[in-house]
Amino acid sequence: MEYSSKSEAWLPHGLSANFAEFEPGLTAKGAMEESNRCLYCYDAPCIKACPTSINIPSFIKRIATGNLKGSARAIMEANPVGASCARVCPTEELCEGACVLNDASKPIQIGLLQRYATDWARENEVQLFEAGAANGKKIAVIGAGPAGLSAARELAREGYAVEMFEAREKPGGLDTYGIVSFRLPQSVSLWETEQVEKLGVKIHTGVKVGRDVSPAELKNHFDAIVLAAGMGYVPKLGIEGEELEGVYDAIRLVEATKTGELVPELLGRRVAVIGAGNTAIDAATCSVRLGAGNVKMLYRRTREEMTAYDFEYEFAKQEGVEFSWLTLPKRIVGGGDGKVAAIECVRMTLSEQPGPDGRHAPVEIPDSAFLLPVDAVVTAIGQERHHGLIELLGLEHSRGVVKIDEITRQTSDPQIYAAGDVVFGAGQGEAMVVSAAEQGKLAAYSIIRHLTDRQDEVMETAV
Amino acid sequence: MADLRINLAGIQSPNPFWLASAPPTNTGYQVQRAFEAGWGGAVWKTLGDPIINTSARFAAVNFNGQRVAGFNNIELITDRPLEVNLKEIAETKKRFPDRAVIASLMVEPKQEKWHEIVKRVEDVGVDGLELNFGCPHGMAERGMGAASGQQPDLVEAQTYWVKEVARTPVIVKLTPNITDITVVARHAVKGGADAISMINTINSLAGVDIHTWNTIPHVGGKGAHGGYCGPAVKPIALNMVAECARNPEVGVPISGIGGISTWQDVVEFMLMGATGIQVCTAAMHHGFRIVEDMIDGLCNYLDDKGLSSVTELIGQSVSRYSNWGDLNLNYKVVARINTDKCINCNKCHIACEDTSHQCIDMLTGADGKAFLEVREEDCVGCNLCSIVCPAEGAIEMVEVDSGLTPMTWNERQKEIAKLNGIYSQAEVV
Repeated sequence: MEYSSKSEAWLPHGLSANFAEFEPGLTAKGAMEESNRCLYCYDAPCIKACPTSINIPSFIKRIATGNLKGSARAIMEANPVGASCARVCPTEELCEGACVLNDASKPIQIGLLQRYATDWARENEVQLFEAGAANGKKIAVIGAGPAGLSAARELAREGYAVEMFEAREKPGGLDTYGIVSFRLPQSVSLWETEQVEKLGVKIHTGVKVGRDVSPAELKNHFDAIVLAAGMGYVPKLGIEGEELEGVYDAIRLVEATKTGELVPELLGRRVAVIGAGNTAIDAATCSVRLGAGNVKMLYRRTREEMTAYDFEYEFAKQEGVEFSWLTLPKRIVGGGDGKVAAIECVRMTLSEQPGPDGRHAPVEIPDSAFLLPVDAVVTAIGQERHHGLIELLGLEHSRGVVKIDEITRQTSDPQIYAAGDVVFGAGQGEAMVVSAAEQGKLAAYSIIRHLTDRQDEVMETAV
Repeated sequence: MADLRINLAGIQSPNPFWLASAPPTNTGYQVQRAFEAGWGGAVWKTLGDPIINTSARFAAVNFNGQRVAGFNNIELITDRPLEVNLKEIAETKKRFPDRAVIASLMVEPKQEKWHEIVKRVEDVGVDGLELNFGCPHGMAERGMGAASGQQPDLVEAQTYWVKEVARTPVIVKLTPNITDITVVARHAVKGGADAISMINTINSLAGVDIHTWNTIPHVGGKGAHGGYCGPAVKPIALNMVAECARNPEVGVPISGIGGISTWQDVVEFMLMGATGIQVCTAAMHHGFRIVEDMIDGLCNYLDDKGLSSVTELIGQSVSRYSNWGDLNLNYKVVARINTDKCINCNKCHIACEDTSHQCIDMLTGADGKAFLEVREEDCVGCNLCSIVCPAEGAIEMVEVDSGLTPMTWNERQKEIAKLNGIYSQAEVV
């Protein structure tokens, strides 16, 4: 096993340092220079490329004039989880990718500027928004992740009494538990939830709908419900050896590093990560930072088909993660001690003709099986759907993807609206934090519209 | 390589770059460092009865993250004894005999005072004199600097007194804090000035601290107006140089001063009639080494233009500077957008739509791509779009044939007068 010159950092007591935020923020001077470089485009393409339509030139202009409070407000106004998004958004594919300076020189570092302004608000404990005058209506939000928080924030600003039901110990959802700390520290997402709580939104943590509170209670007590429960853990691979000690679920692995259990057992180990999405990359880089001796990602297709963002892939390569393309795990092999000892894989090839989804299907190469000696396996092949909850609520769904009206975001139960990963499915965009935030806003606006209309109808009838 | 030597009213200099009378030329040490760096001349910080300076003295105006777009000072003339300055001038001239050392002078408006100081500085071997009738603060309250520079008769009289005894060329430095600088320039010439230099600094208050509500700068919580200079004043200086250069009653060489920071600025001032130039703020911002690129850039420019001497630039654009009434009203340019160079920031659209003539349309092509287009029939050729455009070459102002014969306002008024048989008083000069 080879240790780099940074070996000290890899010792167990140094592990937590590996999880400190990786990318440095802009300095005041850096922010001033970068913000002044922005052209302040009219009808700017960056705004259109942002799923939450943040007025980017406007918030950048405010940084340039030293109006950081106004800047943070412009960001958070459009995106209630704008501080997290500043760190996790694939900006190259969104705002920065649309920047008119891409070809002229280099795009404005919008993500870093957004982080600079929101960091300022966080560090100075600035409350950016106020609750609206109470209108007497009550809304329940299931799940306190980006979509739920976003809906709750907008509803509270309009005077709705909002209560959130969060199964976890802390609010924030994926931002709090599912994104590696060195990219998104928990303090950031917790500040965002605090901003929402300060509007009078009650967040009941550790409360699971169906276990601690029944759907009927919610439906009786609240005028409308926003379902923003996200997704679950990684599903089973369905191969032999998954129960062995040393097999981890990527989401749980990341979660463990964010809740203080730093999983020292990966120290010096050979880790195989199965999958090639952003969570798989997170799990792989997490493993590196947990001191793993070697981290390999196994993917049955090629780099072309992997769903992780380019910058994630580049980051993983820089971290020393190895990639085994066209490799399909068939079986996890245990040693005599019940622990993972190896993973048996087969080599794949891509079909000549693209399959129904437009991608070339991976096909096994006969007699290509081989044994890869590993000490740990991390599975990252997607996330489970909250089938139980969805059925408990009696909502129509397609394989766990809740069906909604695209415009109203209403589910098959008109009292229940849905946003975020719970409605994310094939052909429905990307499961980005920023999309969830936008959907949360839209669900809130739809509720406001419907409840206001209904009130108007009642008023008219009364007249 | 082009010859950079100049001769300003008899003052020889190896290049047109002089340091202006200001903090950079306060001591022999500084001026000698400047000459080592390559400056062709220096106008020594104004000599006179030593004064007491305040702390603080300077302030600057920053613009969009760029420092020192403009510079403001409340420093006065030299605060060192005349003997010390004269000794250092002599040493400097001895070490750098080929460089121009000019003594800036300011004394009370009395004949004997001027006679005395002129004799004393000429005795140590200066190449010329510059009379400081421009300093807008501190000295003006004592009847000197801008206070006398704003009175044409005083300028004339004092210049005359100096010329009574001076053996070296006399440059009169003019204040811009006046309605028409050519009036004072003409009086300086009447008094016998061999050359004029301009501009001195413009009355200014650099700013107010929005947190303490103090002036910027302040001296123990109080402020007073200062003199403004630096890149921001260049257009004002250039106009004043040009107005003097094109006025036949002025007719003496000009030393151009005001916001000059680069070799391009030097070229512009010389084309507009300056024989040489003086720099202060740029040196205060970056040090004396900035002259390296000024010399190098100017040489390369002259070589590229096929000019063998920098003096060939002097005044070449003066005849093109005229009165509004003599501009051809039938000349027409319109904006044309090069879609291949346009980066679609839409700044031209919003500038035109909100603040000019609403003639740039945001359109979408058959390929779905956004593009901008000028409705040329509505374009007045104001230049605004090309000014705000950040993409080099994306907007061109193109000359179009208006189909009309050239006609100025003054010609038009004359024609109308002829038709009406009356004399027009509406001529614009």
